[in-house]
Parts: sequence; structure tokens; C-alpha cells
Amino acid sequence: MEPILSTHGLTAHYGDFQALFGVDIDVRQGETIAIIGANGAGKSTLMRAITGLLQNAPDAITLRGEGIGALSAPEVLERGISMVPEGRRLFPSLSVEENLLIGGHTRTGNGVWNLETVYEIVPILKERRDHPGTALSGGQQQMVAIGRALMSNPDVLLCDELSLGLAPVVIKEIYASFPKIKERGASVVVVEQDIGQAMKIADRVYCMMEGRVTLQGRPDELSREDIHNAYFGVAS
Amino acid sequence: MIWIDTLVQGVLLGGLYALFAAGLSLVFGVMRLVNLAHGDLIVLAAFVILSVATALNLNPFVAAVIAIPVMFAVGWVLQTYLLNRVLGDDILPPLLVTFGLSVVIQNGLLELFSADSRKLTAGSIEAESVSLGGVTVGVMPLLTFVSAVLVIFALNQIFYRTKLGRAFRATSDDREAVGLMGIRPNNVFAIATGIAMVVATIAALYLGIRANFDPSIGPARLLYAFEAVIIGGLGSLWGTLAGGVIIGVSQALGAAINPEWQILSGHVAFVVVLLVRPRGLFPRSKD
Repeated sequence: MEPILSTHGLTAHYGDFQALFGVDIDVRQGETIAIIGANGAGKSTLMRAITGLLQNAPDAITLRGEGIGALSAPEVLERGISMVPEGRRLFPSLSVEENLLIGGHTRTGNGVWNLETVYEIVPILKERRDHPGTALSGGQQQMVAIGRALMSNPDVLLCDELSLGLAPVVIKEIYASFPKIKERGASVVVVEQDIGQAMKIADRVYCMMEGRVTLQGRPDELSREDIHNAYFGVAS
Repeated sequence: MIWIDTLVQGVLLGGLYALFAAGLSLVFGVMRLVNLAHGDLIVLAAFVILSVATALNLNPFVAAVIAIPVMFAVGWVLQTYLLNRVLGDDILPPLLVTFGLSVVIQNGLLELFSADSRKLTAGSIEAESVSLGGVTVGVMPLLTFVSAVLVIFALNQIFYRTKLGRAFRATSDDREAVGLMGIRPNNVFAIATGIAMVVATIAALYLGIRANFDPSIGPARLLYAFEAVIIGGLGSLWGTLAGGVIIGVSQALGAAINPEWQILSGHVAFVVVLLVRPRGLFPRSKD
């Protein structure tokens, strides 16, 4: 199957510092991809590059064959990629419901995702709809951020470090909503430091280290040793 | 009775100051930009109304209706081609650019319209008055105050009840994250400045009918506007109205005691409020 989203030898720089060195990943329709790696491996930079927060050569990133590497964040969103950013980045001046609505700011057609369907998978948000988004618990805020990203009805949903700063039980709850998201058709890319969690939800895994992909494959194909080596760069 | 009369006149004058300040407050609220040319842009709007009124032989109220879209366009262009280029983490470049803009507008107006003092003439309505519970108030000051309340109400509705207002607040919160929502911050800022210029035009209409104006009076209007915004608390529109009223009432009370104290009293009230409430009366919690 042709991938819906691909990167081709993707590089990224912060000033003189090179953060990505020729990263190739493919995401196919309906697939869940996990990108694992230690701090500073370049996972979040990869997410920022795909969403247009970092500029690139046009053909370094393709969506359904179209080069989107040089597009701005709003242009990338309009083409069907949305992101749950690291640290959630909810808007403190907006209520829960407004945070969700602004995720669908530019939508024109009727997609599967709207306020009703988001509230369906996270009913607590409906109860708290008028609270400031940032007044919720960390896990609930994360669900608002996911709901917000779904509101644009993306073809590809990127999730950057969903579990950061959350209790394990909360992380489990968040990932429990993923099958419902997947069954509605979006491809999902999660960046995750928690290897166990990533292996559970992903169809395929990419491991990154120091700005490069060091390992890829289906979770059942990869041994603990392979992952350990790819993650830390040393033999166990 | 004379004190009540003074108080009422002060409140009504405060409406004019609130109109000066509302655009400034809006722009600061959305993009954290302190526009030092705001007073001069009000004067520019007054000259646009004057030019339209003179050229087409119109009442200034009708001329203002024509001037409003013109000034919206001026604001949009100014933001898109000038101010957006200097907005960033550093607050100094926009201050310098708007200061420069202030000088350019003043000198441009001087070149075009000379230093002569001008006035908008609205006819007999300027001299009309109504009696409100024993206090006689001029129709124009009353209209100014009512307009200020309506403008602030409308801006609040836009801010808190519309999709555009949601984009205003979100962009103010996190300029990068709104890009991920498909919102282009520069467009949002351009619309905000356009709306601020619409409010500036309404302020210019009442300024021009109430008193004489010439190209040099912008900075003093800016000062009143600033004081109203700071007294009210940065980013709070109703606070801005309260700030305008406090300055207006202080000036009226000062003038009643001694006419020389009018302007000074307004500034003293500003300092006193800052001493007691350094963040203004109704600060937004996160500013």
C-alpha cells in the first residue's frame, strides 16, 4: 500500500545545531506508528518539521505524494495533518469547549469528528465544557488536546509525548481511547518515551537516536535487545 | 447639586477617553503591542472624516460611516505591511516603529492640512441638551458616552462570543500553537488593528465635534488613552471604560475646584490608582 505520509532524507537545524540527519519514515492509511527514542533523539523535531513549524525542502515530506515540506503550519493542517503538541499547549483564555472548537477553526465540510463525537469518547469533557481548559487535571487536559486535534478531522494525527508528566493509570486511560480514534479512519503517529506503551498500540515502530532512525519494524519482530541497542546505542 | 452636575459631566467626558483607549486596549489585548501612534491615528481619522464631510458636503456622522471602512483598511495595511514585521519576543522594535509612525503621521498631516485648527460641525445637535433627573446634559456628551458603552459592549461580544474573538484570545495566548489550528496570526492581528481603527474613527468623530483638532494633538490623546487602559487593567475592555470615567471625573472635579487643575487632576488620579493597584483595577489574571 502506498504510504499516505512520508519523509525523505529529512534534515532539520536549530541554528548551527543539526537535529535530524536524513530521516525516512512512512505512514500508511489507517496505521498507528510509534516513534520511540530517548530525550534529544529528534522525535519532537520530526513532529515539528512535519507540521510545518520547521521549514524544509518541499519534497522532504510528502502527503499523498504532494510535497508539503515547505508549507506553513496552517497550510499543513488544511491538507489533513494535525498535531497534539508536546506539553498540550491548551489556550488558557479559552474554555474546554472553546479549546475544542478552535481545533476545528478552519473546517468547512462535515467530518466524523465534531463536539458530539469528541464528547462521546471523553464524556467528562462535556461536564466540564465551561471550565477554563487549563483548570482540568493533566490527563483531562491531554484529552482536550487530543480532541482539539481531532476537530479538524485529520487524515494523519500526530501525538507528541502524550504521556509526559502523567501518572501511568492516566496514560492507560488516554491510550484506551485510541482504538475509537483509529476505527474512525485516521492514521496515527505517536511519539513516546514509554517503550512498553508504544509496543502495545503500534502497528509499526521507529526508534530514533541522535537525529537518525536506528531501528524499524513491527513490534512482534523486534527483540528487546534490538530495541535496547537502537534506543541507547550500546550493546546490552 | 453642582457636585452631582460636575460628576455627571465627568462621567460623560470619560466616555470620550474610553473611546480613545478602547482601540489601544484591543490591540494590546490581542498582540501585546503598545501602539504609540494610536493618538495620531485618531487625529488622522478625524482628518479623513473632515475631508469626506467637506468634499461631499456631508454631516460628520454620515462622513464617519464612509471613513470607517477606509480606516479599517488603513489599520489592516499598517499591520500587514509594517507592524507584523516587527512583532516578536522583543517589545522594543514595535515601540520604536510606532513612535516613528507617530512622527510620520503628524508631519504628513501637517504637510497636507497645515497647522490650522479644525473642527467638525454637526449642526444644531451640538448645542442641544436634555434634562436627566434634574441634571442638564448636552446631547453630544451623552451620545459620546452611550457610544463608548456600545463600542465596549460590541468589542466584548466579538471577543467572547464569536469565532473571530476565539481566534483573538487564542492567538494572544500562544502564537505558535494557533498555527497548528490553521490560524494565521498575522491575519488575526491585521483584523484586530482594523477593528481598532474603526473604534479610533468613532473616537475621532466625537473628538472633532467636541473640540478643535490639529495635526499635533495626537500624543496628548494617546496619554489619556494610556492612562485609561492602565487604570482599568491591561487587556480588560470594561476596565478601560472604568479608567476613562475615572480620568473624566477627576478632571471635572479638579476643574470645579480650580480650572487650572483640570488636566493635572486626571494625571494625579492615574498615579493614585497605580499606587493602590499597580496592575490596574481589573487586570487579566495572566498578564
